[in-house]
Amino acid sequence: MSDTQTTLLNTPNTAPEVRNPAELPADAGEPVFEVSDLDFFYGSFRALRDVNLGIGRRRVTALIGPSGCGKSTFLRCLNRMNDLIPGTRVDGRIAYHGQDLYGQGVDPIEVRRQIGMVFQKPNPFPKSIYDNVAFGPKVNGLKPKSMDDLVEESLRRAALWDEVKDKLKQSAFSLSGGQQQRLCIARAIAVRPDVILMDEPCSALDPIATIRIEELMVELKQDYTIVIVTHNMQQAARVSDVTAFFTAEVDDAGHRTGVLVEADATSALFTSPKDQRTDDYITGRFG
Amino acid sequence: MTTTTPPPTGLQPARSARGDTAFRAASFLCGFTVLAILGLIAVSMTQKALPALQAEGLGFLTSARWAPNEGRFGALAFIYGTMVISAIALVFAVPVSIGIALFLTEVAPRRLRKVVSYVIDLLAAVPSVVYGLWGVLVLSAVIVDAYDAVGRVLAPVPLVGRLFEGPANGRSLFTAGLILALMITPIITAITREIFDTVPQGQKEAAVALGATRWEMIRGAVFPHSRSGMVGAVMLGLGRAMGETIAAALVIGSSPRISAQLFGPGDALPSVIAFQFGEASGTYRSALIALGVILFAMTIIVNMAARVIVNRGQEARAA
Repeated sequence: MSDTQTTLLNTPNTAPEVRNPAELPADAGEPVFEVSDLDFFYGSFRALRDVNLGIGRRRVTALIGPSGCGKSTFLRCLNRMNDLIPGTRVDGRIAYHGQDLYGQGVDPIEVRRQIGMVFQKPNPFPKSIYDNVAFGPKVNGLKPKSMDDLVEESLRRAALWDEVKDKLKQSAFSLSGGQQQRLCIARAIAVRPDVILMDEPCSALDPIATIRIEELMVELKQDYTIVIVTHNMQQAARVSDVTAFFTAEVDDAGHRTGVLVEADATSALFTSPKDQRTDDYITGRFG
Repeated sequence: MTTTTPPPTGLQPARSARGDTAFRAASFLCGFTVLAILGLIAVSMTQKALPALQAEGLGFLTSARWAPNEGRFGALAFIYGTMVISAIALVFAVPVSIGIALFLTEVAPRRLRKVVSYVIDLLAAVPSVVYGLWGVLVLSAVIVDAYDAVGRVLAPVPLVGRLFEGPANGRSLFTAGLILALMITPIITAITREIFDTVPQGQKEAAVALGATRWEMIRGAVFPHSRSGMVGAVMLGLGRAMGETIAAALVIGSSPRISAQLFGPGDALPSVIAFQFGEASGTYRSALIALGVILFAMTIIVNMAARVIVNRGQEARAA
């Protein structure tokens, strides 16, 4: 599936020189993203500073950290969703399969097609279940041999098919919250992305629905690269291969700037963190 | 000093029972008054319209012959005129209004958005006869040349050509429709803008995250969410357009005829009532009141249709 992923550009853009090459944590596999010296600004306010991180292919990478540490902002840099917010700016470099994601001539629309996203609150469109899944393929001009098959396949992969196969024409709002979130995952899968970003996908769900989504993530990483932001350390420990810990540094004026403290194989990060701040956070002394 | 703790009191009887009852009665009365007024209007108007309706029978609705001197009263030409100018008004006002509302909610930079939204709300609050007056004084005088040009080009076209042939007149169905469009655009814009503003950010982001362009996002997330509200806004505009009197009356040409020629004169229900009521008496007067009853009924039908469409949209989404 991701073998067929296309380049974002006709002509390759050359990456700017960077001070620190992206650090790829142990066990990260072949890199999909290499983030170097990333700064992010809302206007003049710096929300992220000096993030260096590699994200490996067909792995689940979890971003954890206290509220306001910039982990969601970082996630939204990866598919250029922050472009929608006026007055924001990215410094540094995010390479996606070696290409500069923010380079000249890169079409953010194409970026978002290849790098899908699932949001904190289930956000299906006010359309039928079928039309929710078919929307992405339609706007992206995908011409599957049969849209019905593509919808079915996507719903199956999101472990939702059996529950909805008899009511595809019903409104997506007739589903429960957990089902809606799986529908949103099916919708993201339907455009055949390379990467799926998940921004606290279970925070609005009950524990049983949460477990279903977590099981789904583990299945999906056979084919997709998954990056998940989560508040829940147990969740990170359960689903992820690699965990990156962010925290916020507060300056004298009270501005909070997010920094990446460390990233490592999940088991290593949770058992023997290298940084004291990580240790404090995962043992519950802070945050 | 001894203190005695008060004995446990148990559940108290409802404190506010009397206030509740009074409030319920008052609000019921208010609601009932609205219905009563509506009913009384309908009854008294119909009563006064009866002599004309009895004299003409069904012909009042099916005949286009309006000749008060001969005692002939057929309303069809006015019904036709009202429908035509309302349709013209909607054809122009709806796309423009939706366009402005989309620009304000999805495209315009934030600062511009605030200013323009404020201006639109102001415009919506200006009595629409003000725009009508501009149309009468300025538009109807200069637009004949445009009509001539359009007529020369389109008149030879089969089918559609009939709409644009014939001598062009500044005082015509088309001018009346344009002025109505002008009058209802601010209100439709203001309402649709409010509706677009209620589209959840999450749904818009979901569309964008799937690789949708801005227009695809609007089609996929904004319109489905706003459909019933947009219908409501359009119907409100239509209701206004049908009832607008003076401005349309001044430019419609006041000619009771049924003609496909949009650039020719026609007449509409409210204009006839406004212009002829003062000089009418007897059956003539009764016939004009009957026109009012028809307008009343048309407005109610439009509103009920809007209600049905809105409800159906909501059911489809809640199902």
